[in-house]
Amino acid sequence: MLYIFMLGYDVDFGHMEAVSLISAPKYPEKQVGYIVTSCLLNENHDFLRLAINTVRNDIIGRNETFQCLALTMVGNIGGRDFAESLAPDVQKLLISSSCRPLVRKKAALCLLRLFRKNPDVVNVDGWVDRMAQLLDERDLGVLTSSMSLLVALVSNNHEAYWSCLPKCVKTLERLARNQDIPQEYTYYGIPSPWLQVKTMRALQYFPTIEDPNTRRSLFEVLQRILMGTDVVKNVNKNNASHAVLFEALALVMHLDAEKEMMSQCVALLGKFIAVREPNIRYLGLENMTRMLLVTDVQDIIKRHQAQIITSLKDPDISIRRRALDLLYGMCDITNAKDIVEELLQYLSTAEFAMREELSLKAAILAEKFAPDLSWYVDVILQLIDKAGDFVSDDIWFRVVQFVTNNEDLQPYAAAKAREYLDKPAIHETMVKVSAYLLGEFGHLLARRPGCSPKELFSIIHEKLPTVLSSTIPILLSTYAKILMHTQPPDPELQNQIWGIFNKYESCIDAEIQQRAVEYHALSRKGASLMDILAEMPKFPERQSALIKKAEDTEVDTAEQSAIKLRAQQQMSSALVVTDQRPANGTPSGIQLSLVKVPSMSINEDQNMAEQGLSHENGILSKVDPQTPSADLLGDLLGPLAIEGPPGTDVQSQQNIVSGLENVPNTVEAAAIVPVEEQTNSVQPIGSIAERFHALCLKDSGVLYEDPYIQIGIKAEWRAHQGRVVLFLGNKNTSPLVSVHAIILPPSHLKIELSLVPDTIPPRAQVQCPLEVVNLRPSRDVAVLDFSYKFGNNMVNAKLRLPAVLNKFLHPISVSGDEFFPQWRSLSGPPLKLQEVVRGVRPMPLLDMANLFNSFRLMVSPGLDPNPNNLVASTTYYSESTRPMLCLIRIETDPADRTQLRMTVASGDPTLTFELKEFIKEQLVSIPTALRSPMAATPAPPIPQPTSPAAALTDPGAMLAGLL
Amino acid sequence: MRIELGHRSFVCHAHALDFARNLFASCIVQRLELNWKTKLCLFSSIEIHLIPSCSLLNFPLIIGRMIRFILLQNRQGKTRLAKYYVPLEDSEKHKVEYEVHRLVVNRDPKFTNFVEFRTHKVIYRRYAGLFFSLCVDITDNELAYLECIHLFVEILDHFFSNVCELDLVFNFHKVYLILDEFILAGELQETSKKAIIERMGELEKLE
Repeated sequence: MLYIFMLGYDVDFGHMEAVSLISAPKYPEKQVGYIVTSCLLNENHDFLRLAINTVRNDIIGRNETFQCLALTMVGNIGGRDFAESLAPDVQKLLISSSCRPLVRKKAALCLLRLFRKNPDVVNVDGWVDRMAQLLDERDLGVLTSSMSLLVALVSNNHEAYWSCLPKCVKTLERLARNQDIPQEYTYYGIPSPWLQVKTMRALQYFPTIEDPNTRRSLFEVLQRILMGTDVVKNVNKNNASHAVLFEALALVMHLDAEKEMMSQCVALLGKFIAVREPNIRYLGLENMTRMLLVTDVQDIIKRHQAQIITSLKDPDISIRRRALDLLYGMCDITNAKDIVEELLQYLSTAEFAMREELSLKAAILAEKFAPDLSWYVDVILQLIDKAGDFVSDDIWFRVVQFVTNNEDLQPYAAAKAREYLDKPAIHETMVKVSAYLLGEFGHLLARRPGCSPKELFSIIHEKLPTVLSSTIPILLSTYAKILMHTQPPDPELQNQIWGIFNKYESCIDAEIQQRAVEYHALSRKGASLMDILAEMPKFPERQSALIKKAEDTEVDTAEQSAIKLRAQQQMSSALVVTDQRPANGTPSGIQLSLVKVPSMSINEDQNMAEQGLSHENGILSKVDPQTPSADLLGDLLGPLAIEGPPGTDVQSQQNIVSGLENVPNTVEAAAIVPVEEQTNSVQPIGSIAERFHALCLKDSGVLYEDPYIQIGIKAEWRAHQGRVVLFLGNKNTSPLVSVHAIILPPSHLKIELSLVPDTIPPRAQVQCPLEVVNLRPSRDVAVLDFSYKFGNNMVNAKLRLPAVLNKFLHPISVSGDEFFPQWRSLSGPPLKLQEVVRGVRPMPLLDMANLFNSFRLMVSPGLDPNPNNLVASTTYYSESTRPMLCLIRIETDPADRTQLRMTVASGDPTLTFELKEFIKEQLVSIPTALRSPMAATPAPPIPQPTSPAAALTDPGAMLAGLL
Repeated sequence: MRIELGHRSFVCHAHALDFARNLFASCIVQRLELNWKTKLCLFSSIEIHLIPSCSLLNFPLIIGRMIRFILLQNRQGKTRLAKYYVPLEDSEKHKVEYEVHRLVVNRDPKFTNFVEFRTHKVIYRRYAGLFFSLCVDITDNELAYLECIHLFVEILDHFFSNVCELDLVFNFHKVYLILDEFILAGELQETSKKAIIERMGELEKLE
C-alpha cells in the first residue's frame, strides 16, 4: 500500500487498516502497521488518537522490540495529544538503567519531539539533574540523542541547564582531544563528527562561559580543531572535518574570543574562499558574512575583497548569493565606490532571480556610503537604466527626496535626467524620475541648449503614449510645473498643455482626471498657480525606507523564494490598494480640493497619498508624522484606522481578509496620528458582533480590535472542556496600563482566567489562557469585561466570548439503523420537542446543511426519505451529563422557505430545549445584537429580510408520524 | 525565549511562544516586512491563521533545528523514499517533492551541495541516478548533514551489499526501518554503522 502511495495514488481507504494493525500482537504485523502509519498519517490526523492507547501499552510493555517501534512512531509523528499522555512514560524509559541503549536513545529523541510539541513535558523537578547525568553516558548512540535533546532544551531555557555546560566541554574534550571512543563511532578517522557538532551547538546557546577553567579547556580544544584541520584528498573525511571546523568557528565567534584567535579564524576563512571545492568556498563566504555581524574584523576581511568579487561571477547561484550578501555586509565608505560599481556591472549580466535584490542592495550601499551626492544620483540613474524592472518605487522616491533636499544637486540631477531622456528606449521608472526631476528643477537648466521649457515639454511628451496610466499623473504634474516656470508665458506651449489637460479631463482613471481638471483650473488662475505649484518643500531627514526594507529582507536569507514571494506579496498588496481606493479616494479628493495651504503643492499631497496607498508593506514609514503635511496626512490616513466612519468597515474587513498585509498600515497609521487623537473616543475596528459570530464558527480569530489593542483568540475544545487563549496585543509604541480583564461567566460555565498583567508593554503581546468547563447545557454567553488605559483614555469593552453551546458539540454520523431506534425511544416532550419555526431566513437546503455542519451538527444525508428534510446528529458534552446524543430533524417546505418544523431529541430535557432554542436562533434572523451587552453596530449574523410566514403545509408531516 | 531566524537570534516574550510560532511561519512565508527591532509589534495585529504553503515551517521554528524531511528521488523525479518530520498535507508533500527535484536535478556536479529552498536549505547529494536530499534550517551545519547522507548511503550499501535503485524499490520497508534506526524525530540517532547493521540483523530474525 505504501508503494501505491508513493506512486501518488490516494490511499485514504487504508488508513484505518494501518492503524488497527498497530494493535496486532505479532511483530511483523505490528511493524507494518507502524511503518505505514508513520508514513501516511501526519500528526494532525484523527486516526492517530485512536492509536494512543495501543502505543502507550507498547511503550510501557516489556517487549523491547515493541517499545522501539512505538517510540519511533511517536518520535516521527507524535503530536500534542501524544505529548500530554506519553511524556512521563518516555522519560522513565530514558533514565531507566535496565533498558538497553537501543531503547534509551529512541526515548531521548522521542522526548525531544514531545518537548517540541509541548514544552511543558520536561518541566518536571529534577529533570535538569537527570539531563546532566545523561551526558555522562558512555554509549555514544545515547549520548548523540541526548545531546540533540539538550540542544533543544538549552535553546529554550539556557539558565536552567547551566550545570550541563561543563559536561558538554568535557564531552568535547573526550572526543576531540583524547579521541577516546570506540572504533565504530569514528567516521573516516574522525571521532563522531556529528556529536562534536551537536556539542558545540549546545555550547552556543549559553551566553558566556564564566568558569575560567572550563573556558580555558574549551579554548584549548577549539584551538586544536582550528589548527589541526587540513585539507585532505578523501572527500568524506574532508567534509566531516570541516563540518567540525565550521561549527568550531561559529562557537569561537559566539564566545567572542581573543583578538588573536579571531584573526586566525578570518585567515582560515580567507583560505577557504579561495579554494576550488565549492562547498567549502560557499561556507567560507557564509561564515565570513556571519563574522561581520559579530565582530569588527572588517579590515582583515577587506583584504579578500577581490576574491569575493570573483565569487560573484561563479556559475553556481548559491555561491553568488553568498558573495553578494558578504559584499553587502562588508561595504563601507572606503570601498563603497568599488563595490557598487562592481554590482552595477554585474547587474547587466545577472539573471533575473537576483536582479531585484541586487538593485536594492546597490541602491542602499550607494546611499549609505556615497562619497558625494552626485555620484549617488549617477548610480541610481544607472541602476534604473540597467534594471528598471527590478527597481522598486522606493528607490526612485528616495532619490527624488534626496535631490529635493540638496539644492546643489538639483541642476546636476536635472541635467542627468535630461540626458537619459535622449535615449531612444527608456524604462518606465526612468520616465517617472526624469519627468519628476525636470518638472521640479527643469527651470534651473533653462539656459542650457536643448533645455528650454518647450523642448523639455516635447521630449517628455514624446514618452506619454508609451507609459502606463500610473505614470501619467506624474507627467501631468510635470506639465503644470513647466507651464508655471515658463516666464513670460508662452501662449503656444500654454495651449498645447491645456489641450492635454482637456483631453485627460474625461479620462477614465480618477486620479488622472482629477489632476487634469485641477491643473487646468489652476493654470487658468494665473498667479495662484505660482503659490500652489511652487517648488516642493524639503523633505525632513529620515531613515531611508530602503534600509529598513533591506534589514527585513536580510533576515530570512531564503533568497530563492524571494522573488516569488515578493511577487505574491505585491499581488496581495495590490489587491488591498485597489480595494482601498474607492473607500479612500473620495475623502482625499475632497481634502485636496479644499487645501489652501500656501507653500505646499497639491502635488506633494497627492504624491504622499500615493505613496501611502501603494506601499503598505511596512514601508509606509516613509510618510512621517513630521512632514509639513502632518495634519493632512493624519486626516488622510485617519479614516483608515483611527476613526470609524463608514469607510472603516471596508478597511476592517480587509483587515480580516488580508490581515497580514494590512497590519503595518494600521499600525503605522496609528503611530502617525498625533497625540490629540487620543482624546477621541476609541472606536473598535470592525463590528464586534460580526467578529463574535465568525468566532462561533471557528476556533481562532480576532475578537476585538481598536487602534490601540487587538484581542485575538484561539481555542481548543475537547469534550466538555475548552482551553481558550486570549492574545492581548498592544499595537502602540507606548504601554497600555491598567489593563483589567474580568470574566463574567454564566452559571453553566466554569471559567478560570489566568492572571492578566496590569500593563502591556509597547508593541508586545501577552497571552492569557482560559480554562472553560461546561457544567450543563445553556445558551447563555460568557462576557469578558475588558478595560485598559491609554494616555488619559479609559477604554472599556464588554465582549462576548465565543464559548457557546455548539463548541461543546461533537459531530458524529449515525446510520439509519442507529438513528431510528434512538429517535423512537426518545418519545415526546420533554425529551423530544417539536416546534414550527416561522420567519426563517430563506436559504437553500444545501446552505442550511452547511450551516448545520459548521455548528458541528453532522447532517446525515439520505436518512430521511423526503429530500426536503434534514437530519442531523451530534454529541453534547457537559460535566453533569454523560456524552449525550442529540438528534435533529428539520422539515422544510419547498413552497415556503421561511418556515420549517424542527424536532430536537436528546436524553436530557434541558439539553433538548436549549439546543432547540439555539438552532432556532441561528435559523431565524433575529438581530442578535440585541442580546449582546455591547455591540458597536447592530449587525445581525446574516441580515436578510424575513417575509411573513405562510400557511403550514408540511409534506414531511406524514413521515414524522411514521417515525 | 530565543528565536532564531537566518543568522540572527532574538529574545522574545516567553509566553508568546505558541502564538509566535504560528505567526512567524506566516510572516516569513509572506515575506512580510518584519522589523526585528520591534519584534513583537506585529503579533498584536495579525490574525492567527496559517497559510498552507508555510506548514513546512510551522513546526519547531523556534525550538532548535532539525531535519524537516528526507527525500530520495531518481533522476526522473520519482520519489523512492520520503520521510517528513514536519506535518504536511499530502498535496503539499507532492509539491515539495516536485520542487526539490527541480531544484537539484539540473545542478552541475561542480556546484555546491547546498541550495536554498523556500526558507530552508536543501542539502543534496547524488549517487548514480539517485538524489538524496535533506531539508534543514538555514543556520544548521551543512557539511555535517552532507556526511550524514553519505553515512546513510554507506549503511544501505552495506546492508544490501552494493545497493542499487531496485533494492530500494523492492525493499522499501527495510529502507524505512534503517532510516528509523538512523534518524529519529529529525535528529541523528545513531552514527555507528555497525550498531545499525547489527540492529537490522536482530529485526530480521524476528520476522
